[in-house]
Amino acid sequence: MNIVVCVKYVPDATADRRFESDNTVDRVGVDGLLSELDEYAVEQALQLKEKAGDDTEVTALCIGPEKAVDAVRKALQMGADKGILVSDEAIAGSDYLGTSLVLAEAVKKIGQDLGKSPDIVMCGMASTDASGSVVPAMLAERLDLPQVTFAAVIETQGDQVRIKRDGDTATEVIGATMPIVMSVTDQTGEARYPSFKGIMAAKKKPLETWTLADLGVDAELVGLTAATSAVEEASERPPRTAGEIVTDEDGSGATALTEFLASKKFI
Amino acid sequence: MSEVLVVVDHVDGAVRKPTLELLALAKRLGTPSAVHFGSADSAIVEKLKAFGAEKIYVVDDSEIKGYLVAPKAEALQQLVEKTSPAAVLIVSGYEGKEIAGRLAVKTGSGIITDAVDIEDGGVTTQSVFAGNYSVKSKVTKGTPIITVKPNSAAPEETPGAGEVEEFAATISDSAKKAQIVASQPRKASGRPELTEAAIVVSGGRGTGGDFSAVEGLADALGAAVGASRAAVDSGWMPHSFQVGQTGKVVSPQLYVANGISGAIQHRAGMQTAKTIVAVNKDEEAPIFELVDFGVVGDLQTVLPAATEQIEKRKN
Ligand SMILES: Cc1cc2nc3c(=O)[nH]c(=O)nc-3n(C[C@H](O)[C@H](O)[C@H](O)COP(=O)(O)OP(=O)(O)OC[C@H]3O[C@@H](n4cnc5c(N)ncnc54)[C@H](O)[C@@H]3O)c2cc1C
Ligand SMILES: Nc1ncnc2c1ncn2[C@@H]1O[C@H](COP(=O)(O)O)[C@@H](O)[C@H]1O
Repeated sequence: MNIVVCVKYVPDATADRRFESDNTVDRVGVDGLLSELDEYAVEQALQLKEKAGDDTEVTALCIGPEKAVDAVRKALQMGADKGILVSDEAIAGSDYLGTSLVLAEAVKKIGQDLGKSPDIVMCGMASTDASGSVVPAMLAERLDLPQVTFAAVIETQGDQVRIKRDGDTATEVIGATMPIVMSVTDQTGEARYPSFKGIMAAKKKPLETWTLADLGVDAELVGLTAATSAVEEASERPPRTAGEIVTDEDGSGATALTEFLASKKFI
Repeated sequence: MSEVLVVVDHVDGAVRKPTLELLALAKRLGTPSAVHFGSADSAIVEKLKAFGAEKIYVVDDSEIKGYLVAPKAEALQQLVEKTSPAAVLIVSGYEGKEIAGRLAVKTGSGIITDAVDIEDGGVTTQSVFAGNYSVKSKVTKGTPIITVKPNSAAPEETPGAGEVEEFAATISDSAKKAQIVASQPRKASGRPELTEAAIVVSGGRGTGGDFSAVEGLADALGAAVGASRAAVDSGWMPHSFQVGQTGKVVSPQLYVANGISGAIQHRAGMQTAKTIVAVNKDEEAPIFELVDFGVVGDLQTVLPAATEQIEKRKN
């Protein structure tokens, strides 16, 4: 089996995330890492590999600036077999259409190199910076593959896949036949930490960097100039001013709370 | 004026409130046309009409409802071709966002997710980086496809013509590859829907697994109940109650966090609430940095006492 895991390099949520003067996300000046939610995707890919046996290969695929190689490396340390970073000046500032196009073309190239489509294109449920939750569906659209998204529990048997998920209004079971695009939630279970052995082994694993030219993608189709939406203004929300804090003593807290709610007309 | 397509979100034939909010927003961009997947049940038609739908496209869903997302995107693409709308508005949710993503690819259009406001001219507002930034943007190519978060506008009860038109969509085999094998609707809790509620009362690990004090306060305030991931992971509450980055994102008038420390992933789901209140026994808990009002105390004593006082005031 062949699994491609899409991993995104995102600004650290605990650092000061900010925008550049052209209103794109600052991806270079702020410390970045493998999107936490994509660790779950790597974990599930590795579990499927462990279940299916050793001829399964997991390839971590990332689109981002040069620094984004850190995200690929982390996936390799966790246990992925191969890494690919697609990096090109022309990609900077791409929107969802641009990103999903490059990802889809990279998956196709991986497929050409393999001689067949990867069985599973695995994604996280959302990137922690954009929180779009749209790239997996867009990839499925572009690759003409079934989408099996927001998985909480995954079951496979041969090329048959079933997932359980908490949909918007119902708990659902979704079924499809591989090849598929899958996205997984944090309900699938904790992701492993890289072991010392894993970190050492990762240094010897193949890691390639591809450009748009390698994919045969026209630079005009991606990047900020091709973007189909434009940010006009990004403003930092004024920090919440600290409110009143009272300490409960013999029931005074409940009274103060009730008074506050009444003063705001919530009662 | 151009039409604006509003995709109707309904459960068992009941139109959900966020759809009515979209109809109100659609009026700022053109004339609202609702797109309903299902049958033209009179209750649905009357409701959409009452809240401003000039047209109601009814798309037979017999070839749509058994499959995930792709058939709806395909039908919408055909409607977009037919109507050349000024925009397509969809409720933000797992399904809504994915329909929007596919439709954007199909039509080569710009997509904006999780808008919290849309102005005349199509400028949208989004709240990003866990609510720390507010971003205004605009679609510059194709048909603007915008997913809007619940509670982003007030529904407007001004009737439209509500002219019903059956639309026959052609669904390809390739859109029918991900099958919905089973679907178990969630039991109604009798409380308001989490994402739609004006007030949300949540509990975290600090409840120790006993949510009765949280639920009591919620009921006194007519609120929805929410939970932190710690409470969900412990099996105390179902995942559908989770508030945060990987749960529901809520922006109610009032959010009351009880026994919740205020981790960034939790904040991401509630930071845009108008008023925030917390009850926590640790005065150092980061949640207190966000609050308009906080009580340092034990939720198991503070909440029942407050609930009793609220009930008294109501009578
Ligand atoms: C990828 C990822 C996604 C995540 N997504 C989410 C998400 O969507 N939503 C979410 O909530 N979390 C999420 N988390 C988890 C988050 O990081 C925190 O671990 C979680 O929010 C903590 O829940 P808590 O505040 O209930 O528990 P704790 O952090 O343990 O806090 C419990 C609080 O209760 C207080 N307390 C204890 N007893 C009492 C009492 N008797 N009375 C009053 N106060 C009391 C304590 O002082 C403490 O502040 C995510 C984490 C990751 C890694
Ligand atoms: N630049 C990227 N490189 C690799 N994978 C990505 C990238 N952007 C998005 N993805 C994948 O798509 C998922 C959803 O992203 P999003 O739609 O941006 O929330 C992520 O969890 C990743 O698996």
